[in-house]
Amino acid sequence: MDRYSRHILFSGIGRTGQERLQAARVAIIGCGALGCLQVEMLARAGVGFLRVVDRDFIEYSNLQRQVLFDESDAAEQLPKAAAAAAHVSRINSDIQVEPIVADVRAANIEDLIADVDVVLDGTDNFETRYVINDACVKHHRPWIYGAAVGAFGLTMTVLPGETPCLRCLFADAPAPGTSPTCDTAGIILPAIATIVAAQVTEALKLLTGQREKLRGTLMQVDLWENSHQSIKLKGVREAGNCPCCVQRNFEFLAAASQQMTSTLCGRNAVQISPAQQGKAKLNLKEIKERLGSLGTVSGNPFLIRFQIDSYEMTIFPDARAIIKGTDDFTTARSLYAKYVGL
Amino acid sequence: MQVIINGTIHSLSQPVTLTTLIEQLALKPERVAIELNGLIQPRAQWSEVVLQDGDRLEIVHFVGGG
Repeated sequence: MDRYSRHILFSGIGRTGQERLQAARVAIIGCGALGCLQVEMLARAGVGFLRVVDRDFIEYSNLQRQVLFDESDAAEQLPKAAAAAAHVSRINSDIQVEPIVADVRAANIEDLIADVDVVLDGTDNFETRYVINDACVKHHRPWIYGAAVGAFGLTMTVLPGETPCLRCLFADAPAPGTSPTCDTAGIILPAIATIVAAQVTEALKLLTGQREKLRGTLMQVDLWENSHQSIKLKGVREAGNCPCCVQRNFEFLAAASQQMTSTLCGRNAVQISPAQQGKAKLNLKEIKERLGSLGTVSGNPFLIRFQIDSYEMTIFPDARAIIKGTDDFTTARSLYAKYVGL
Repeated sequence: MQVIINGTIHSLSQPVTLTTLIEQLALKPERVAIELNGLIQPRAQWSEVVLQDGDRLEIVHFVGGG
């Protein structure tokens, strides 16, 4: 326990709290800038089990803010979840990390959160957050929303059935292309770190059984403009008739709401996730041989990178593909159909 | 009349509703939540709530990055 002596000295945690952290299970959905810091903080805190879920691979442009990754990860184009697990094993070998390289969707979210105490939001898009919100409310799992763009960020802790859920405040996700992203507005690591600090602190309170210490606000900070707002959440759920947490209508878990394609934050790229994704298992070796005669193919055990014309396709064993060089869904779908097949 | 929005004083030439205020500030209504004098304002009521001199507002913006 010497490793955790400073936690034990801290009155909010103590020996009992530390034991609870070591027995706790957390799912981190998304391992980009937010997720990396969440994973690192929870791993160092000694949280016993971390499930790290991410669909993406590491690029050089991630290194400015995604603190778990280094240049060799980018050179090898490793999946973020796998690289995060490898790095954590050198930070704290006492804890268990389960890396899952997958797109979080209606089809898999309920399994991903079924056996954890808390879910942390490390995603980079609205759609996945609504899927998380529906699943967590349905299964009564606390989840901690966090998002950031530029020097700005906000966070809110959701205790299903007790505090407002995401849809109590924002009934629907903004339409695609209408909100700033890392691509249009950039992002600085301090904004991420501020939001993650708040998220992880809330997680530590929950995991040590101290709900009375939770912040109880939707908190927003702009580190560049030096502003900080908190709005109190008490009574918000009761004042409305939320489709999710009051009516228990989980629209984002319905298969029809799941788009097959989505754009990726910060890239000129589209991701294709076939409906059967999760069940499908591609033979990467076979595909590599097939594509080898058509264009340049490289890869590693986790993915294939295929360059054709001005596009670059990254193909994963679960049948997902990320198509770089376009933000047009139709072009991306057509390339997928052409080279991977549907 | 004056109101305080996120800690900054704003002058209004006449009393306005929350709906009009959000429009005047050029904000996207579906992407903000508003707290007025310590109480969050349900979206359905924005068009009925008229601001008074000295009101204190906190406006938060919903973002999706990360």
